Amino acid sequence: MSELKVSLVAADRTVWEGTASKVIVRSIEGDMGILPGHTPVLGVLVSGDVRIESGGKQHKATIDSGFLSVDHNSVTIVADRVDADDMVEAVGR
Amino acid sequence: MGAQQREYRQRTRSIKSMKKITRAMELIAASRVVKARARVVETTPYAEAITKAVSAVATFADVDHPLTTERDKPVRAGLVIISSDRGMAGAYSANVMKRSEQLREHLEQSGREVVPYLVGRKAEQFYKFRRREAAGTWSGFSDSPSFDAAEEISQRITDDFIAGAVEDGVDELHVVSTKFINMVTQEVQVIRLLPLEVVEGNAEPSDDELYPLYDFEPSSEEVLDQLLPKYVKARMFNVLLQAAASELAARQRAMKSATDNAEELIKTYTRLANQARQAEITQEISEIVGGASALADAK
Repeated sequence: MSELKVSLVAADRTVWEGTASKVIVRSIEGDMGILPGHTPVLGVLVSGDVRIESGGKQHKATIDSGFLSVDHNSVTIVADRVDADDMVEAVGR
Repeated sequence: MGAQQREYRQRTRSIKSMKKITRAMELIAASRVVKARARVVETTPYAEAITKAVSAVATFADVDHPLTTERDKPVRAGLVIISSDRGMAGAYSANVMKRSEQLREHLEQSGREVVPYLVGRKAEQFYKFRRREAAGTWSGFSDSPSFDAAEEISQRITDDFIAGAVEDGVDELHVVSTKFINMVTQEVQVIRLLPLEVVEGNAEPSDDELYPLYDFEPSSEEVLDQLLPKYVKARMFNVLLQAAASELAARQRAMKSATDNAEELIKTYTRLANQARQAEITQEISEIVGGASALADAK
């Protein structure tokens, strides 16, 4: 089973980068879960939580509006502002 | 101590205190320029992600969006001028203003009315002194622009662009700013921001990362609608950050040469003061010797 390569990017920094087994985001049409092997998607996100499940742990961040792109198991979540205070062991900060 | 000597000493003292100031400003600019450059680098992932997404949408959907459509006969052109808040940065602001005046003339000659948007107090002063009106002004953040500032500016110009010339908006939008090339070279650049031309950056996607067939959520138009304003914002933020880095680099250089010049002046004045002191001593000796010999002659 392959893994997702996830990066969560804010306007002024990369908030989180790493591999994950599952990503849950809130898109304009409702919550959306992404597992490895997901079909390529470009979606608009509304303000809400982003949850990234990685190594049995769940990382949570709150974003304002943004977008999501998924292709070949690499997930990019882009938001203007990210509140990542709850994020455990944030990478790349 | 003679008047001449005192004069030289006073000057040396005042130059010394000025040197302390310019040296301090040089060091401050030097430490902040590092941070400013780091911020430019930190925003690259965001800009890249957005550019990639816009290109992806553009590949699969007809990019027929108000923000990318060229207007037939542009009559009003917006001109965003990005200068600094404070001086002491050599010709930094002057260069930007000079280039903006050239562009302004060029635009007016081609029959467009220029609508200026000013960023930074120096640009405001330049326009105020010439009693010109500006459509919008923003200042107070030129050496460390926040994303909020970029958002505010880009929001305003996108709104004005969408409104179009008929409704007091603009038909196209140019940005005059300074591009940070390296610590010694900063170049004034003119970018036509709107209507948008999506540029792929310098990294062409290689064959194995050809864009897959994306699903759009909710639809390609909607995605584009959300993405393009973000793209403008990202460009604006990047331009502001580069201008900030350039301003600090220019300030560091200007203050370095001011410090060097102060050192040179201190040396010159110290020499002059020494010379004046020596001249005074020589004169006193010759007076004493003259007086003594006059007394000896009188005997």
